[in-house]
Amino acid sequence: MAEVDIKNMTLNFGPQHPAAHGVLRLIMELDGEVIERCDPHIGLLHRGTEKLIEYKTYQQALPYFDRLDYVSPMCMEHAYVLAIEKLLGLAVPARGQAIRVLFSEITRLLNHILNITSHAMDVGAITPALWGYEEREKLMEFYEGVSGARLHANYFRVGGVHQDLPAGMAEEIGAYIDGFHNYVDDLETLLTENRIFKQRNVDISVIGPEEAMDWGFSGVMLRCTGLPWDLRKSQPYDGYEQYDFDIPVGKNGDCYDRYLCRVEEMRQSCRIIKQVLETMPDGPVASPDRKVVPPPRAEMKQSMEALIHHFKLYTEGFKVPAGETYTAIEAPKGEFGVYLVADGTNMPYRCKIRSPGYVHLAALDHLCKGHLLADSVAVIGSLDIVFGEIDR
Amino acid sequence: MGFIRNSARSLLLWEIVEGMALTFSYMFRKRVTINYPYEKGPISPRFRGEHALRRYPNGEERCIACKLCEAICPAQAITIEAEPRDDGSRRTTRYDIDMTKCIYCGYCEEACPVDAIVEGPNFEFATESREELFYDKTKLLANGERWEREIAANIAADAPYR
Repeated sequence: MAEVDIKNMTLNFGPQHPAAHGVLRLIMELDGEVIERCDPHIGLLHRGTEKLIEYKTYQQALPYFDRLDYVSPMCMEHAYVLAIEKLLGLAVPARGQAIRVLFSEITRLLNHILNITSHAMDVGAITPALWGYEEREKLMEFYEGVSGARLHANYFRVGGVHQDLPAGMAEEIGAYIDGFHNYVDDLETLLTENRIFKQRNVDISVIGPEEAMDWGFSGVMLRCTGLPWDLRKSQPYDGYEQYDFDIPVGKNGDCYDRYLCRVEEMRQSCRIIKQVLETMPDGPVASPDRKVVPPPRAEMKQSMEALIHHFKLYTEGFKVPAGETYTAIEAPKGEFGVYLVADGTNMPYRCKIRSPGYVHLAALDHLCKGHLLADSVAVIGSLDIVFGEIDR
Repeated sequence: MGFIRNSARSLLLWEIVEGMALTFSYMFRKRVTINYPYEKGPISPRFRGEHALRRYPNGEERCIACKLCEAICPAQAITIEAEPRDDGSRRTTRYDIDMTKCIYCGYCEEACPVDAIVEGPNFEFATESREELFYDKTKLLANGERWEREIAANIAADAPYR
């Protein structure tokens, strides 16, 4: 029998595949069931956010950040407001900082719940996702309680946060967080030791610390390799240095370690939230600088000067002195950075967004090579990618 | 000893049994879903839903056409035209919100110095056609009349924080 050359099969995965976590399109070259090459095609959710921001005032650009990583909206806002505050040299009152930390950590819980459960669903477990949505629903009620929106909160503002926590909210969050470990325990009972989950994840897409750094990984993707790199510890912002928490690290750098890191991060987030609630200072939630932060409504209706400030801020906005900054925060997915160039006007000259998902997705070919087609789903699930921030 | 325990656990599908038992136990817990159109989740006074234009208790429109909402709107969804009314007061002749553009950020409500434009508690305003979502002044004022009680209560409840 004559020898026959068989061409590798090229498979189009997505963009409407439920395991693609959004609009990811992969062109995969398969040798049988083994992935030879995996080429992500992105841009299907490109909305031109960076360019739009150049034509908006600093305040108007804020809601666009909610829509980047729509699974962790408040963390996106956090990076942006910190960048502007750095350029303005504006100090945030202690209570404003504490509320920001509180909601950043709630956001981390929201993000990790969705990621872990959808990752589990990708490899065949549907129950965690159903339970996870219940918990997310409760957490989003806190979002709704403070900001008025369940998802696109628009709550963090330059100089602090928009409004103070409503009465009783802190106690509600505390009570919820006290019971949250039950959910995490249940989640672990279902997944951590489960043989199907382990077979699908252990030793899949192993990456070492050097390689991970070469690819520019951050967040859980880097910590799963054993490097304890967390911006909340290494360059604390908004008072993270006051809180006592640990950085969970992995050992093997595989999908399973990423899952374990995320579970432990949820527990650590609960620790931070409890500390924030215990040490929550009193006082204003936003800076009293009337050239940046609009006056309270009662004052605006009584004082002429406050009304003038109100009109100025809601039409022209505030001016930011010329300069540039790269400000990064530890978003649930990794290092989320905003590179802001100000030219002294009321609009940013340039706003470059460094999203962790983009960097992680770039390594997908490296992570998937040599694995089976079915493993690519587990890898995508463990990367924690959201297309709002990748395509921007 | 550990080896025997691990092998036994593995052979007996222990973690699967444990997981199944936990899942089964959830069957006897209190149900968490709600029967949506008949039951609804609670919403806070800050909720940002469908827009409404309010009136003063004497029936006069609140909006004075200062156009702050139009200026701050990041999505440029609001269009206002204004001219003096017969009695000399400045009022809008046109107040349109394109609800398909609106991103529900709440800036219009924050910017309004007279509490005229508000984002009310209504979130059930889906329509069959796109055209129905281009709200004009009549529609917005009608919303205001329909939701005034809830909106006024919400503003009063949230007043200490605004």
